[in-house]
Amino acid sequence: MTIKEIQEEIIDEFSMFDDWMQRYEYMIELGKSLPLIAEQYKTDDNLIKGCQSKVWVHAELDGDKLVFTADSDAIITKGIIAILVRAFSNQKPQDIIDADVEFIDEIGLKEHLSPTRANGLVSMIKQLKLYAVAYQTQLK
Amino acid sequence: MIETTLDIQAIRKDFPILQREVNGQPLVYLDNAATSQTPQQVIDTIVDYYQGYNANIHRGVHTLSQEATDAYEVARQKIQKHFNIVHSHEVIFTSGTTQSINLVATGFTSFLKEGDEILVSAMEHHSNIVPWQMLCERTGAVLKVIPMNLEGELVMEEYQSLLSERTKLVFCNHVSNALGTINPIEEIIEAAHKVGAAVLIDGAQAAAHIKADLQALDVDFYTVSAHKVCGPTGVGMLYGKEEWLKKLPPYQGGGEMIAEVTFEKTTYADLPHKFEAGTPNICGGIAFGAALDYMNSIGFDAIAQYEDELMQYATEQLLAIDGLKIYGTAAHKTSVISFNIEGVHPYDIGTIVDKLGIAVRTGHHCAQPIMDFYQIPGTVRASFSFYNTKEEVDKLVEGVVRARNMLL
Repeated sequence: MTIKEIQEEIIDEFSMFDDWMQRYEYMIELGKSLPLIAEQYKTDDNLIKGCQSKVWVHAELDGDKLVFTADSDAIITKGIIAILVRAFSNQKPQDIIDADVEFIDEIGLKEHLSPTRANGLVSMIKQLKLYAVAYQTQLK
Repeated sequence: MIETTLDIQAIRKDFPILQREVNGQPLVYLDNAATSQTPQQVIDTIVDYYQGYNANIHRGVHTLSQEATDAYEVARQKIQKHFNIVHSHEVIFTSGTTQSINLVATGFTSFLKEGDEILVSAMEHHSNIVPWQMLCERTGAVLKVIPMNLEGELVMEEYQSLLSERTKLVFCNHVSNALGTINPIEEIIEAAHKVGAAVLIDGAQAAAHIKADLQALDVDFYTVSAHKVCGPTGVGMLYGKEEWLKKLPPYQGGGEMIAEVTFEKTTYADLPHKFEAGTPNICGGIAFGAALDYMNSIGFDAIAQYEDELMQYATEQLLAIDGLKIYGTAAHKTSVISFNIEGVHPYDIGTIVDKLGIAVRTGHHCAQPIMDFYQIPGTVRASFSFYNTKEEVDKLVEGVVRARNMLL
């Protein structure tokens, strides 16, 4: 699936929820089911700045596609990063660089998150895109 | 029921913000240790100033300027009286506690030499650590830490043994913002003075709960931020004993703080103006005075008694939650409960209870050394004011239980 298709799938899933409780419960579920990052990658170098909780992201190439793994010590944050990993992992770096992130608004994440958390979200997206830029250069 | 002589419902009506909703729920504001809310009386003072007599102070001969100057100086006298300070010129208006501390730390640069020691308590806010570390870097003085125990109390025997003729300065908060501990500052000050060291007490967290008598304490410096005592942000005070303020060099150069200026030499103005360069936060200073008036009209004894009962009730209710642990269980503490639930990140709890309209703080509360001491990433902190109610505590407890059920 393309990034766009995955994002639409996520928007569909979130549109089923009537209230914030269900939305958060779903995010917590997603957080719990996020495939774990290998312990060796939970280093300070892989920490994302700008989050009150700790978020680690690791990226590596699988053929011409970029694969992300991530973790967080806070479960809601982990749910958010799980959504981002789902949308951007296993995609070509150029597609990740070009992808827009408006689906975050559409699933009500940005408006529902506190300012510091929203900043963390922005930092997470920025970090994923930075990895894509780095690996795109490597592929060339 | 919590017994009190205060009419809490009437008091709540003084605070317009307490009537609002957050996320469709009535606001439960339990982040008072970060900033207190502002009563209508103080808001009116601010509006009156801008509508009636906004002018620059101390210089103008016109009526507005004189009215503003009078109001600003009356506010200084209110602060003087409130803290039982000898001279009104020992009250320096600053932008808040952080600036007050930096003013002293910068001023001490010329008084310290290599090998001198300064003591800091283990439970300080970053604003009472970093300026002193910078002072040590400038002077070669050594920063030593007064340790605390697991309850969050300073180990006074260790403090006594750290004191020596090398000790030049001791600084400590009156009340810990992260744990709520009320520190034994009388003992700290007396012991420091015996070895000839000066003492700065950070009163930011205490001022909303304890009316400190600075003459009785015999403290050298005391700092307060107006926004913690129902006043506006961006204004606060530094109290300094006259002898110290005379010795300390000016902190910033500019207008207002001079006696005479030529290109060869400038002589400085007398206290307090020597430390008040530039146009100050005039309205803020006046509102600071109004805020103290407001709190005194309620009465600090009644406030302390009510807040203690509220905190006791909240402590009992929260401890009944499975897996909940409170950090900071000192025998003497006030109005702050820092806690975690086993297996849950504090940030997750804060996020969920916010959805229920409850404002608490999560994180390290600008006191990372305390979090390192307990080896935790942070805590959830509920902090109480005299306008909070038992019903709000119940909502907090319900919210935390709900968060726990969702998260575990």
